[in-house]
Amino acid sequence: MIAAFFAVIRRDLLLAFRRRAEMANPLFFFVLVVTLFPLAVGAQPHLLQEMAPGVIWVSALLAALLSLDGMFRSDFEDGSLEQMLLSSQPLAILVLGKIIAHWLVTGLPLLLAAPLLAMFLGLPEQAMGTLWLTLILATPLLSLIGAIGVALTVGLRRGGMILSLLVLPLYVPVLIFASSAVGRAAEGLPVSAQLNILLAMLLAAMVLVPLPTSIALKMSVN
Amino acid sequence: MSVIPASIGRFFHRTASPPYFYALADKLIPWLTAILLVLLVCGLYGGLYLAPSDYQQGDSYRIIYIHVPAAWMSLFVYVLMAVMAGIALVWRMKLAEVMLIASAPVGAGFTFIALVTGSLWGKPMWGTWWVWDARLTFELILLFQYLGVVSLYSAIEDKRSAAKEVAILALVGVVNVPIIHYSVEWWSTLHQGPTVTKLDKPSIHVTMLIPLLLMALAFKFYYLIAVLQNAKLELLKRESSSQWVKNLLEKKA
Repeated sequence: MIAAFFAVIRRDLLLAFRRRAEMANPLFFFVLVVTLFPLAVGAQPHLLQEMAPGVIWVSALLAALLSLDGMFRSDFEDGSLEQMLLSSQPLAILVLGKIIAHWLVTGLPLLLAAPLLAMFLGLPEQAMGTLWLTLILATPLLSLIGAIGVALTVGLRRGGMILSLLVLPLYVPVLIFASSAVGRAAEGLPVSAQLNILLAMLLAAMVLVPLPTSIALKMSVN
Repeated sequence: MSVIPASIGRFFHRTASPPYFYALADKLIPWLTAILLVLLVCGLYGGLYLAPSDYQQGDSYRIIYIHVPAAWMSLFVYVLMAVMAGIALVWRMKLAEVMLIASAPVGAGFTFIALVTGSLWGKPMWGTWWVWDARLTFELILLFQYLGVVSLYSAIEDKRSAAKEVAILALVGVVNVPIIHYSVEWWSTLHQGPTVTKLDKPSIHVTMLIPLLLMALAFKFYYLIAVLQNAKLELLKRESSSQWVKNLLEKKA
């Protein structure tokens, strides 16, 4: 079972590394969306500084949302998803492996862009560590919650719009806690409550998400 | 199963059959409509005429007779949908799927009414149509969850599997509802609205409370009627090729 779990992760990572150009796309998207905000609202430093946590987090959310569709799409199209459903290994474990691989490919790179964006928006330096921490804790959460939505819409030809309608309301708590943690850190306030809640949500989601996702996948494939 | 008396079990199984349910709904709807009308007339008469006007808000508080029942129903229907989703997934009852689908637009309607009446009340009271208050934000997100259910169902061609996927979504959503509720509440205490000073809620007087409860009951009956009508239509669409629908059409013609 554990071997199957790691095999799924290795396979997905290998597939992703074969198409390196695609891997950078969520990262570019992330930076691009953040760049749009100063252009739209004006470049006053104090305004940007105040908005920075929210802007960075909304952009991270959108980047995660855009990358979600690829989680099961190619497997669905080439039939390997059906093989996974038929395999003797528990589907929930395989699904968890796929989600983790997806996060490693699309969520983790967002960490690389974070210092650049913090500099763009003039986020105070003491908030940097918190920004990293929230990204580490909350981007896997985005992949996990999103997986349910993807599993429900993978059978649809044009699932993109509906996927965002399904997933964004579920992302609201993550957005609230992550951006408020960064905002408080920028003001020099303690943030352990927010980080603890994010960690709790992450652990709960890791346990709870694979089951409905695998049920939804079975229904989508039939 | 042994805990449940056999007669109730039989009733349950009989009601689950589409033709029986269709006939039952047909029989129930006139009665429910009569009860709804009585409750609605009593509630509105009590609320708009008998109840005294508020010493702070004057007559504009009377919108609560629509607003509060709608807001209660918006949550109630979502929980009910999750219950039906559980039944549909565990016991594979077709009728639970149909009721789930039939409830979603009605619940979305209640949520929408709660939002609109709230903002109509907010304009004279708070001086603004919209405030990012915890409850308002929560209702808005709830509305989006309803719309997600409706649009997912309409997007999937095969209605049988669509209903099951919607059932999963409703269950995931209902787990999320309390999380959203508390996180939004927490968020709004951090971002205290600058212009709004909420009036302290005075404990409600009996003459105001009774019409409110009557209206809440009336909304429940309205929900029942709307859901049964929706479910009838959904059943006809799903079973359009079956014998009982053909018999029904012949009888009507």
